Amino acid sequence: MNDILLRVRDLRVDFGAHAVIRGVSFDLCAGETLSLVGESGSGKSTLARAILRLLQSAQGGVEFLGVDLLKCSSREMRAQRRSLQIVFQDPLASLDPRMTVGETIAEPLKIFEPGLNASARQRNVGDMLQRVGLSSEMSGRYPHEFSGGQCQRIAIARAMILSPKLLICDEIVSSLDVSIQGQIVNLLLDLQDAGMAVLFISHNLAVVRHLSHRVLVMYLGKLVEIAPCDALFASPVHPYTRALLDAVPHKLPAVGAAARAAPGELAAAGEHAVPDMIASGCAFRDRCPYVLPICETSDPPLLEVAPGHWAACHRSHERLNPLSLST
Amino acid sequence: MVPTLSVDRLRVSFSHRRGSIEAVDRVSLQIAPAECLGLVGESGSGKTQIFMAAMGLLPGNAQVSGSVRFEGNELLAVGAPTLNRVRGSRLTMIFQDPMTSLTPHLTVGTQLSEVMVAHLGIPWKDARSLAGRMLERVHVPEPKRRLNQYPHELSGGMRQRVMIAMSLLCEPSLVIADEPTTALDVTIQAQIIELLRAVRGEFGMALVLISHDLAVVAGLADRILVMYAGSVVENAIAEELFRHPRHPYTAELLRCTPSVTGPRLDRLPTLAGQPPRPGEILEACPFAPRCSRAADRCRVERPQLEGSSTSQVACHFPLIS
Amino acid sequence: MDGLADEAARRLRSNPAAVAAVAVLCAIVVLTWLGPWISPNNSQTLDWLHIAARPGMQSSHWFGTDRLGRDLFMRTLAGTRVSIAIGLAASVISLLVGVSYGAIAGYIGGRTDHLMMRLIEILSGLPLIFFVIFLTVIFGRSEYLLFFAIGAVGWLTMARIVRGQTLSVRQREFIEAAIASGAGTGRIILRHVVPNVIGPVIVYATLTVPQIILFESFLSFLGLGIQEPGASLGTLIAEGAGEMEAAPWMLLVPGSFLAVLLLCLNIFGDGLRDALDVKDA
Repeated sequence: MNDILLRVRDLRVDFGAHAVIRGVSFDLCAGETLSLVGESGSGKSTLARAILRLLQSAQGGVEFLGVDLLKCSSREMRAQRRSLQIVFQDPLASLDPRMTVGETIAEPLKIFEPGLNASARQRNVGDMLQRVGLSSEMSGRYPHEFSGGQCQRIAIARAMILSPKLLICDEIVSSLDVSIQGQIVNLLLDLQDAGMAVLFISHNLAVVRHLSHRVLVMYLGKLVEIAPCDALFASPVHPYTRALLDAVPHKLPAVGAAARAAPGELAAAGEHAVPDMIASGCAFRDRCPYVLPICETSDPPLLEVAPGHWAACHRSHERLNPLSLST
Repeated sequence: MVPTLSVDRLRVSFSHRRGSIEAVDRVSLQIAPAECLGLVGESGSGKTQIFMAAMGLLPGNAQVSGSVRFEGNELLAVGAPTLNRVRGSRLTMIFQDPMTSLTPHLTVGTQLSEVMVAHLGIPWKDARSLAGRMLERVHVPEPKRRLNQYPHELSGGMRQRVMIAMSLLCEPSLVIADEPTTALDVTIQAQIIELLRAVRGEFGMALVLISHDLAVVAGLADRILVMYAGSVVENAIAEELFRHPRHPYTAELLRCTPSVTGPRLDRLPTLAGQPPRPGEILEACPFAPRCSRAADRCRVERPQLEGSSTSQVACHFPLIS
Repeated sequence: MDGLADEAARRLRSNPAAVAAVAVLCAIVVLTWLGPWISPNNSQTLDWLHIAARPGMQSSHWFGTDRLGRDLFMRTLAGTRVSIAIGLAASVISLLVGVSYGAIAGYIGGRTDHLMMRLIEILSGLPLIFFVIFLTVIFGRSEYLLFFAIGAVGWLTMARIVRGQTLSVRQREFIEAAIASGAGTGRIILRHVVPNVIGPVIVYATLTVPQIILFESFLSFLGLGIQEPGASLGTLIAEGAGEMEAAPWMLLVPGSFLAVLLLCLNIFGDGLRDALDVKDA
């Protein structure tokens, strides 16, 4: 088993009275691509920012290469940042409009390698641009001159220039056209082959499927399922995961799946509750087609249902199928 | 039979100090009564601008030529009073982001009632109860309570239902849904698509579903138009399009959309390059730079939309089934 | 930065009003410097033969003379030079101090911001005139005092504006990205915040120059600023006001110069704002 790079233990984030992350724990190993899946309100983007200490109100343990990121000094944290990088969702917004693309990519070098002279920096920037599929002549241009996909490559170049150990990707392909998405995903797959560890946050299950080694499913601030990628898609355990998979629109005969005529019985009804209204019990109970009385009072813990496969559901030991729907 | 909407050689361009940018290039299409048309294209395809032109919602620097006829009556270059009789009542639109398309400082009830008072002359009290009934029909839980709430108090999915309700109040003959699910979670998206299907069955109006996601359109559309760089490249019955795409771009779109089922791939299929930036429309096939089948003819001669009533394609070398 | 500055310059060039304003401003500046070579007179010589003379071409005093026989044209040019110098100097001081103060307060936020803004509020509450009088009493009358007093007050509004702009820039994602890249506070303020707030700031600075000139004129009018034998547009207008009925040109000449100067600066400032604000499509 590879070394554990990131160890998150009981992470909690509150925005005022609102509990956005309610006790999340997981490990991420070197060279692994771990995907974090969830919808709006799940807290997945907040999780990324909490790990990177971009929030004030995070509590719990976030251990990266042995250093507790939430408790260390800000100087120590800045030093750790060279190994822990992030790419954001909106490619154009994450680039300073007043700096050239070359200056943006070079900034981490200026911060962490001040001894490097200008021509060495320029060389590094040029190499990085080529590595992400752009040309080194583009370094003098401004972000608004590029398309969304190109901006995202630039953001990836900036994140990669110091060869970090872990790259966090927060919905990086969500705002891109389908024909461009594949290019960015393949770039990540190249990085994966080169041994990079990635925490890939997304609501796009199809992309997650092709990218991940393991998947975490998050609902309203808690992890409801953890599984190896193939296991998650082949035999999801938690009702929310099943609802998610069921809701993904399928195409017509071209991919062999029947056209979706009506949502399956596994569909989740309604929308997620406002989190502060969850007094006790399982957060998903209002939408779950398999709800039992115990779900109202007791919040199910994450339990291992198969090797490496964990789920937080009172009924996870049953083989749930449409026939055993509760009335 | 008069088509509900008939677009003929529509051209939309935006003038800037550096010249003009062509967004829609001589597009023609027709929508029959009660038909559901899916309009698919990526950014820069011009799919939204066609209907913004029809609704008279283009910005001031837009230049429009060609014709858009709704139920036989020309919509372009017609005065605001005439246009206002039609839009919001018989011709309605649902936008992508319901947060910005609902007025933030008016309650849901007021906004819904306003539509009926303005178009149908119904008194306010009656309009309010009709609004409540419509909210029920679009499955908004606790409709009476919602009438008194403001848009920001509702979730994304609920707001979209309110938008759908608003578009149906005056029994339209055509509803244009512009990326209605893009801003929503996937579980809510499924519910909204279901709702649109149910509503279509109940009200029998024509529906245009604009999306960049083929899968969203697949479940609902009778016919699908694929757009690229301002023009229509393929126009076919839905089953035909998915079974036998004839334009290379359509085939690439289908190929590049990753699926949840099917085998896990080592690398995702991609389409190299980018869509041309708006304004770069030349006398050549706009897809030629990215097309694996491109030949010399494609780079000098622009293909026209040709074919049968079930399937048309704009390509010199269309794919053969 | 260059690409965007070029773009702004181009937009400015295509604005006819702004171009005209800049041309007139340049003409005025050139005139104030070259004036001594054009006219046979200078601003100090007392011409006993032409006391309070009307403007005319027959004497060498094109714009007439004042009570002491000094050529009004030359005096006005000298006064304009002083007014412009004060306006620029004070604006630069308020720009430097205001931008630093506002950017730091806005970015750091929290208690620091709170304290810094309270200080500004206290200073804003001080009546300006009393402050200047107070300083004049202590340090005596001097031009440097004037620069300092005006600049010391001008930075307050600049700081407020910059703080407001900083608060909105701080929310933007590229700032978060810079933090995540390991940039420290100083680097972020200097390299990311300031370049992105500089647009509105420069426009505001351009629009404060006329305000400062007007304020200086007002102080001098009251007798608190430039004193004899020096001249500023304010002192000239003060003298001219006293002679309004008998020798109206003594008021009209410096008054017109001031009006034209202020008008051009305002038009230029507006043009600059339009040039910098318009986002590329």
